[in-house]
Amino acid sequence: MTASRILAITLRQFYLFRGSPARVLPLFAWVAIDIVLWGFITKYLNAVTHTGLNFVPLLLGAVLLWDFLTRVMQGVTTAFFEDVWTRNFLNLFSTPLTLAEYITGLVLTGVLTSAFGLAAMVVLASLAFGLSFLIYGAMLAPFLLILFVWGVALGVAASGIVLRFGPAAEWFIWPIPALLSPFAGVFYPLSTLPAWMRVIARTLPASYVFEGMRAGIAHQSVSAAMLLSGACLAAVYLAAASWIFTSIYRHALRTGLIARYSAESVS
Amino acid sequence: MKGLTKVYGAAAAVDHISFEVGSGEIVGLLGPNGAGKTTTINMILGVLRPSAGSIRIEDVDLSLHRSRALDCTNFAAVYAPLPGNLTVEQNLRIFGMLYGVANLSQRIETLLRQFALLRFRHAKCGVLSSGEQTRVCLAKALLNRPRLLLLDEPTASLDPAVAADIRKMILEFTAESAGGVLWTSHNMYEVQEVCDRVLFLSHGKILLEGNPKTLPREHGKSTLEELFIAVAREPLALEKL
Repeated sequence: MTASRILAITLRQFYLFRGSPARVLPLFAWVAIDIVLWGFITKYLNAVTHTGLNFVPLLLGAVLLWDFLTRVMQGVTTAFFEDVWTRNFLNLFSTPLTLAEYITGLVLTGVLTSAFGLAAMVVLASLAFGLSFLIYGAMLAPFLLILFVWGVALGVAASGIVLRFGPAAEWFIWPIPALLSPFAGVFYPLSTLPAWMRVIARTLPASYVFEGMRAGIAHQSVSAAMLLSGACLAAVYLAAASWIFTSIYRHALRTGLIARYSAESVS
Repeated sequence: MKGLTKVYGAAAAVDHISFEVGSGEIVGLLGPNGAGKTTTINMILGVLRPSAGSIRIEDVDLSLHRSRALDCTNFAAVYAPLPGNLTVEQNLRIFGMLYGVANLSQRIETLLRQFALLRFRHAKCGVLSSGEQTRVCLAKALLNRPRLLLLDEPTASLDPAVAADIRKMILEFTAESAGGVLWTSHNMYEVQEVCDRVLFLSHGKILLEGNPKTLPREHGKSTLEELFIAVAREPLALEKL
């Protein structure tokens, strides 16, 4: 892999962000709205319930972690969509750029954009609602790592779907986090779910993170085996997403879809 | 290119064609719409996998060493404008990085001057006129001083004065760099002016090959345009000659 080619993909996104408030604002705006909304909900729940539970780390922390995952995924897909919207595939893939360099450039963009979103959420949640990250302890790092890897995997797979089915398939992609969240147990323990939903939940890396988070807050020990399961699953998702994107790219080379992307399908 | 073939289902878009483009040579790839010109160019650009045959660029096999082979090619086509939401300079910088151009800032300055784009350097490509966008695409196509330059109808939709300027710039490029050019065009006057050799494609096969100045007479036609029309309408008659 050549660093300058990876940086070129990321630099393109930097140029776009630099000249466009419409791109910069969503990095902060949606996550800020989520934090404010859930911040007040948790304050209200703390006031009206007398269970002894502190809803701020339980719900607001969960929202923050889930939004981080969403930002990572959308960081990758939005960077990819920029090439969809400008019909840039022919120009890009006729250069020496390799597929691995292209995806790495997209992921690097996702890292940077999600880091901005995370920073905004942390500042707002801490200052406005007193969310302390000390409560999660050292487990915060593996939680974020698992969610990051899974977010990248979802972003790469989603980009592959749009490459295969054309620009209109973009509308499949935006609701993916919302579709997954009921299964991932973001706001409730997996034991709340019916058996068939629990089976699906066990295949999602995020469910291990949120179960671990709740155990940590309840001062129970967070199972290392559980976190390892989540990490391994996230790695499997990433490998599968890379395979999906590579296969779709090869299909596009065979059928000529890269050169005639606006046609959406050539086979 | 050797035995280059692209088959879609039962139909061959390109059917076992072989040709080469020498150093400093401008080869015209001619033929009616749907003859297989753009399919051929897409295969050379590595964005369409051939069903059979091989492509070697500067002795590097494209299928085995894609990045190395594409390092020494570049292209411009009327249907592949650069992203309109980036400025001229930003686009040239990004593509310069993708092609690994040494002393990139200096190279960009040279090309901006050469293609009279200095005053547009901070303009977004999407707001430029067709002629200006074509000049930006050509500047991008020459960033890496390609050994093989692919031009798919580079002067389509340009007025005659701008088209003449573009032809002059490409001729200067081949004279200075000794790079080869594969050029498709439907403007036979242009082809006669710039091409050293032409290949007539019909139904994915090379039907005729030769010097654009002498080829029409060799086939009983007075102009290249007449020959083109004959290829488009009566390819079988020419095949028998």
